[in-house]
Amino acid sequence: MTELTKKERMKIPRQEMPVQEPEARVENFSEVALGFTLELARREAERCLQCKDPHCTEGCPVEVTIPEFIEAVREGDMAKAVAVMKAKNNLPAICGRVCPQEVQCEQRCILGKKGEPVAIGRLERFVGDFELANNTFAVTKAPSTGKKVAVVGSGPAGLTCAVDLGRMGHDVTIFESLHIPGGVLVYGIPEFRLPKSVIRSEIDTAAKALGIEILSDYVIGRTLTLDELQLEFDAVFLGTGAGLPMFMRIPGINFNGVMSANEFLTRVNLMKGYQFPEYDTPVKVGKRVAVIGAGNVAMDSARCALRLQSLREKANGVERGEVHIVYRRSPAEVPARLEEVHHAKEEGVIFDFLTNPIAIIGDDKGGVRAMRCIRMELGEPDDSGRRRPVPIQGSEFEMDVDQVVFALGTSPNPLVFVNADGLERSRHGTAVADQETGRTTMKGVWAGGDVVTGAATVISAMGAGKRAAADIDRYLSGESEW
Amino acid sequence: MYKILQKQVLSDVTKLMVVEAPQIARKAKAGQFVIVITHERGERIPLTIADYDREAGTITMIFQEVGKSTMEMGLLQVGDGFKTIVGPLGHPTEIENFGTVICVGGGVGIAPVYPIARALREAGNQVISIIGARTKELLLWEDKMRAVSDELIVTTDDGSYGRKTLVTVPLKEILEAKPGKIAKIWAIGPAIMMKFVAETTRPFKVPTIVSLNTIMIDGTGMCGGCRVLMDDGAQFVCVDGPEFDGHRVDWNTLLSRLAFYRSEEQAAVTRFRESHKCNLERAVAEGVK
Repeated sequence: MTELTKKERMKIPRQEMPVQEPEARVENFSEVALGFTLELARREAERCLQCKDPHCTEGCPVEVTIPEFIEAVREGDMAKAVAVMKAKNNLPAICGRVCPQEVQCEQRCILGKKGEPVAIGRLERFVGDFELANNTFAVTKAPSTGKKVAVVGSGPAGLTCAVDLGRMGHDVTIFESLHIPGGVLVYGIPEFRLPKSVIRSEIDTAAKALGIEILSDYVIGRTLTLDELQLEFDAVFLGTGAGLPMFMRIPGINFNGVMSANEFLTRVNLMKGYQFPEYDTPVKVGKRVAVIGAGNVAMDSARCALRLQSLREKANGVERGEVHIVYRRSPAEVPARLEEVHHAKEEGVIFDFLTNPIAIIGDDKGGVRAMRCIRMELGEPDDSGRRRPVPIQGSEFEMDVDQVVFALGTSPNPLVFVNADGLERSRHGTAVADQETGRTTMKGVWAGGDVVTGAATVISAMGAGKRAAADIDRYLSGESEW
Repeated sequence: MYKILQKQVLSDVTKLMVVEAPQIARKAKAGQFVIVITHERGERIPLTIADYDREAGTITMIFQEVGKSTMEMGLLQVGDGFKTIVGPLGHPTEIENFGTVICVGGGVGIAPVYPIARALREAGNQVISIIGARTKELLLWEDKMRAVSDELIVTTDDGSYGRKTLVTVPLKEILEAKPGKIAKIWAIGPAIMMKFVAETTRPFKVPTIVSLNTIMIDGTGMCGGCRVLMDDGAQFVCVDGPEFDGHRVDWNTLLSRLAFYRSEEQAAVTRFRESHKCNLERAVAEGVK
């Protein structure tokens, strides 16, 4: 291969990833982004300047040595690319799809200063998918330490922690409350963004190689309690994630057709409600749907609603209708990833910014007829540093909707705290844990992910799981006292 | 797989199953429930634990075939199994010696009332039980209820057995006959029955506990589908319940929410009956050959 000069490399445009076109994809739940081909990946890899002092790696919560894996892709040495990737990141096919690279690694990329950063996320996904298809990398387990670790929850935090601990030679058991492992990756993130088969392959491959036992149908706090786990295990990691959904304190939230994004997405994703009646769990979608909130979960909900509407149209000709994102702040404050917002807009989601619901109005059958809203304007910055939305007096209006989905975040799952007296919780109900080590106030118990931070991202949960695994290893090896 | 060790047909539509689930039997207490999935494509449905045997590692569930999923469950035989059983979920009944208590069970709700009545009796309470059903056929566990009650009253809507009346009638009579003597009341049955029990006891100001069986998916405090409107805001049946103060429940909202998926439920039942009938016809045809 001829070596390109720096100048030549900088001339290569950022490679686009093939996607399903918007008109086609709203009619199915298949993946939207189709992934790089080897050719596209190698071309994109050529763009990396192989900085002597790379900043991209600092932007990665699990510290993947990014230039090294990109160089391997450029050379076409995929086995090496996988090995470099897997040295740090156990779940690249997942991360490559759901990480907000634009505010992490790619934000630090030097190319981004003047033009477009290297598409690190797309390359990561390419490497992850290559591994799932070809199995070039043998995940190996260090000699057994004889130590037993319980990991509670099999979402991003728990999985990452479990796999790292497994590789270090510990004997890991994962307790999962649902019937399928994966946590939010399976119940929350839709098939069109992260196919279930990818999650299943990543989990199965790692669990098999490392002898990790996954016990589903175990609710910690009910089937077993934390104090019981402590008797049987040398260390316990809590990655129980999000819990009870938050609803606005406005009149009408108990009308039929008002639901949490958790419920809506769980019906669609975990239970495959979009395939009712082939699958037994039904899911309803309105003709005019309002999703309240503008995070990733809101985008997922809105895009699922669009797809359900179009499936219904195909099945019985009912006109598709509309899906709105209703957000009290302005476009600048939207917390969702740009790519998700872009995809949602392309697919036809309507955005109502600076709009806040004040009441849901029912019909005579207990369903939703409309939503009363008020227009907002931005005032002084609040605690979060964002400008506070303030209602505009006299601007109330009625929005014609028949379904309202609240995507306003969650409070931590309360069950895990049963019989866990020494475990301190914040006033928000989250577990108090050291940010660096994940240690809680209960000896031998670590925690990470949404149970500590409240609703956050997949990758930050993975980072927390990774840091906790390292600290659990230090503790179990006697290197570090409690 | 959670293996079915025993099956009893209590009526055409009511089945009892004893299932191997040692990790649940170990922890189960009166008042709690489980979530079951019958097969790969099945839905998660909450069922109250009717009984448990810690030593044998089994739990007993009683269910009425009201929808496609329970109809499918009803077809399972000894040796078959459930794909998932998770629990025990919800808070156990608070059992102490209250004095004289009344336990009301309606239809298939008699099953979950039984362990509560038994525990209350064991705690030293004087237990008056009222059990009722639409018709004699649907009445279950009369003997078991009698064994744990100091007094047992049986009613049927159609008069085919016991008193021809609704459970609320004898309930009101007792409350009138023994003013101030009844410390607490439990009522489990169809939502409409629990609503009327709560309305019957309200003027007497006797605390009335009901066990709610709402729409639910995960059952562990994640989806929020089970929320019920109380006089001071919403609560979640799976983590705050399933037992609630019946006088504080907004029954009309509850009843309306229970009906939300009715059209899908009916479509699923119709589809199931048709495919089942086809299978039967095919089996008969093949048998004839």
